[in-house]
Amino acid sequence: MRGSQPDVGTFDFNAVDVNEVSRHFGRRRALSNVSLTLRSGDIVGLLGPNGAGKSTLISLLATLAAPTSGEVRYGGHLAKDAGAALRDRIGLLAHELYLYPELSARQNLDFFARIYGVDAATAVPAALERASLADRADDDVQGFSRGMRQRLALERALLHRPRLVLFDEPFTGLDDAAVSLVSRRLIALAAEGAIVVVATHDLDIADGLVTRVALVRGGRLLADEPAATGLRSRYRSAIGAA
Amino acid sequence: MNGSPTEVALDERHAAAPRRGTPMFVRTALLVLRKDFAIEIKTLEIVMTTLFFAVACVLVFSFAFVREGQAPPDAAPAILWIAVAFSGTLALGRTFERERHAETLRALLLAPSPRPALYVGKLLGMIVLLALDEVILVPLIAFLFASPMFDRPLFLAAFLATGTIGFAAVGTLFAAMLMRSRTRDVLLPILLYPVTVPVIICGVRGTAALLESPADLPTATMWLSILFAMDVVFLTLALWTFEPLMNE
Repeated sequence: MRGSQPDVGTFDFNAVDVNEVSRHFGRRRALSNVSLTLRSGDIVGLLGPNGAGKSTLISLLATLAAPTSGEVRYGGHLAKDAGAALRDRIGLLAHELYLYPELSARQNLDFFARIYGVDAATAVPAALERASLADRADDDVQGFSRGMRQRLALERALLHRPRLVLFDEPFTGLDDAAVSLVSRRLIALAAEGAIVVVATHDLDIADGLVTRVALVRGGRLLADEPAATGLRSRYRSAIGAA
Repeated sequence: MNGSPTEVALDERHAAAPRRGTPMFVRTALLVLRKDFAIEIKTLEIVMTTLFFAVACVLVFSFAFVREGQAPPDAAPAILWIAVAFSGTLALGRTFERERHAETLRALLLAPSPRPALYVGKLLGMIVLLALDEVILVPLIAFLFASPMFDRPLFLAAFLATGTIGFAAVGTLFAAMLMRSRTRDVLLPILLYPVTVPVIICGVRGTAALLESPADLPTATMWLSILFAMDVVFLTLALWTFEPLMNE
């Protein structure tokens, strides 16, 4: 079915190049000529107000949407050329959590582990432990709080050890302890060579976590720079002045 | 491509997981089917709704048409296929609603499995569900309409199987295609019935030929062959178009 695409499990990349990407929805321009490069070990904070184009950029990076113009290259390959092998290296946690509420935490993780060809017998219990949900593993997800679902969804997104980790508002509904846990997880992923992109409104959490900052507003990339202290004032000067 | 120690660490962990045993296409389709069954066993939402609707449909027709134990000729096959088509439409809308609710379809589309396998998994679930409907409907119609449904059981099973596959193949594709549309509940029957009317007509005419006394087997065989050909065309087109239709 995949023709001459690379084999699932063998394809890999250590950089993602976004080259002059625009994305329109009818007459609305969600992204306009965005260019940036994401590298292995980066934790990129994608910051901007509501409707800035953060989620659209995440969808494009996840290959779930195609650019209207421009291209995204994963280690030199276009998404349409790499196909399933590329998708095998991407983990996405979006605003919607991609969990089946009627199924238990264990059933959800087991299903996604098997879909990705991961050994469910070892990966699922470990993921439940990391999500601090081992004692609620057989409860239906629809009975979970937002924070519990968020932790479970995070583990679902990381079950297959993705190279490109895309998180859209990963801290929503988490208490301080869980925020700290997720932050440590992101730092560990980057240290292991993952490319981590975090879209968030929470500048206090982003400050000190991200290693690079991409500021977007109105579909345009206003800044792409190494993170420095005083993220909030930098955000205000860039976003407020635009 | 690799080089840095950090990349090697990530790759080793990735490679440690056992990969790909059974063909990925079949495995993905069966996983989707199993997941849908697990949800259905917990909720019984679609099974109960479609069964109740199909049985109610047959009962209403039986009260309308059966007089002093006699039903009009050819009423039984027509009512059988109408009940299957209407309850199938109801089920089609619900089966993809589950994937829309928490946007789980996006997670499935992001998985490394062949995307048409997702379609096949959903299709298999729909076929099993309609088969369950038919297991209840056939004896019920045979009883209420005094119809010789069980005289040629294998022939009847072949008609129901080919007709169900044809209807479900188109319906599953359209239901997936309309998932992001706000007017999907209205659009699904509007799009589905014009395309599947030939399947329903073949099913009705073929089943009617089978239920004649004596059974008109050459005519029934002809309708069965047409149904089979339509299944091949619909399945091929659906597998070919599913992936492009799913792109945002």
